[in-house]
Amino acid sequence: MSVKVRVPSQLRTLSGGASEVAVEGSTVGDVLAALDASHPGFRDRLFDESGKLRRFVNLFVADEDVRFLQGLDTAVADGQTLSIVPAVAGG
Amino acid sequence: MSFVDSLRCRECARTYPAEALHVCEYCFGPLEVAYDYDAIAAATTRETIGAGPLSLWRYANLLPVAGDGELGLRAGYTPLVRADRLAAELGLGELWVKNDTVNPTGSFKDRVVSVALARARELGFKVAACASTGNLANAVAAHAARAGMAHVVFIPSDLESGKVVTTAVYGDHLIAVNGSYDDVNRLCAELASEHPTWAFVNVNLRTYYAEGSKTLAFETVEQLGWQAPDHVVVPVASGSQLAKIAKGFHELAQVGLLDEEPEVRISGAQAEGCAPVATAFAEGTDYIRPVKPHTIAKSLAIGNPADGYYALDAVRSSGGALAAVTDEEILDGIRLLARTEGIFAETAGGVTIATLGKLAAAGVIRSDERVVAYVTGIGLKTLEPVAATARPTVTIEPTLEAFAAAVDLGDVE
Repeated sequence: MSVKVRVPSQLRTLSGGASEVAVEGSTVGDVLAALDASHPGFRDRLFDESGKLRRFVNLFVADEDVRFLQGLDTAVADGQTLSIVPAVAGG
Repeated sequence: MSFVDSLRCRECARTYPAEALHVCEYCFGPLEVAYDYDAIAAATTRETIGAGPLSLWRYANLLPVAGDGELGLRAGYTPLVRADRLAAELGLGELWVKNDTVNPTGSFKDRVVSVALARARELGFKVAACASTGNLANAVAAHAARAGMAHVVFIPSDLESGKVVTTAVYGDHLIAVNGSYDDVNRLCAELASEHPTWAFVNVNLRTYYAEGSKTLAFETVEQLGWQAPDHVVVPVASGSQLAKIAKGFHELAQVGLLDEEPEVRISGAQAEGCAPVATAFAEGTDYIRPVKPHTIAKSLAIGNPADGYYALDAVRSSGGALAAVTDEEILDGIRLLARTEGIFAETAGGVTIATLGKLAAAGVIRSDERVVAYVTGIGLKTLEPVAATARPTVTIEPTLEAFAAAVDLGDVE
């Protein structure tokens, strides 16, 4: 199951400058683990010391916030996109 | 001159140069402007501010720009109005309304955009952009036009028609997106990565943009004769404005413009149809659960408030409260403010006034406090919600008889 991960500019030093990385995985948690395996460093940036997702990291599967789905257990289908997006101010 | 020292992550305190950066590369925490407060204190007095322009640029030393960013649109330095009739209706004592409806495009967003685009010009940007619920769109389009910058503004496609027209009139490009504000925001956060030469005021320029809201606190204190209020009520969307108002009060003491740290209770106002921060306050949790907004207060309809944590902190640590009000209460709030004080606010102002009333009735806001309510947007852009009830008293033929027969104005004599 190949999933596209969209990488924000702040994390592209970890992806060799690429804005998208293809990895395997069937849940958001699996995909992020695979991303860290292929591009070490993502785990430290996205998760705090206790293993919780940092509070200013937003994750979207097919443009839906995973907090409205099943969080890290949210299923990701073949060909879907997981976006990593920093929180931004409003207006 | 600029008194900016660096940008600093609010979460992990890593520092960055004062460039177009908004997120800590390590932990994704928001970056905050750090200043050389000793240098500001040495250069700034009540007199130097008093001699400054009648706009937010009178506080330029406390803003993250090198020069005077005035474009001639004159954002800020709006009236602080004593509101005795409203106070009497709500059982309050000394009540003031900060009337930010009179900014150039009718909302406080002229403040944040003035600062963001001043810094953007210093950094060499030629294109201004934003994700907006409407007011920010107006402000970016107008200020960009005035500054001779191109602009690309993104809004939810279901916005009030008034806010669409008052953005589109300033020219290209206005992009209506099928989705909620949170969808537009997510799109712009991703676009900002792909278009690093665009100044997204609330994305890559957010660090500077947000500082503009401090001027709401500065002006309030100056207009009260350099005295802090006891309690303020602030509408909450992303939470940025409330957190920055708290920072503004603190900074005035830090640079010696107030003799001691002011103790201002800060309360927040949300609509029930989008109240993630008020819900966290009521439940006593630190976790802010995002929501799907459904409210007439579209300018506050941010279901995933980026600065909600900091707003919650500021409310709790100051002894304030957060409350949420229904759409009907919002409309009542709009009409009450209009009827008692002659100020026509948009729905966000209705949220503020209704919350003010609710917290006063609950005894949280007390009649012995000097209270300031922030009314941050004008009603003329969002006529739809009030149109059904704001109608002529009667329609008559143009004759004396028709008037006499139809109208009893006994209470007007």
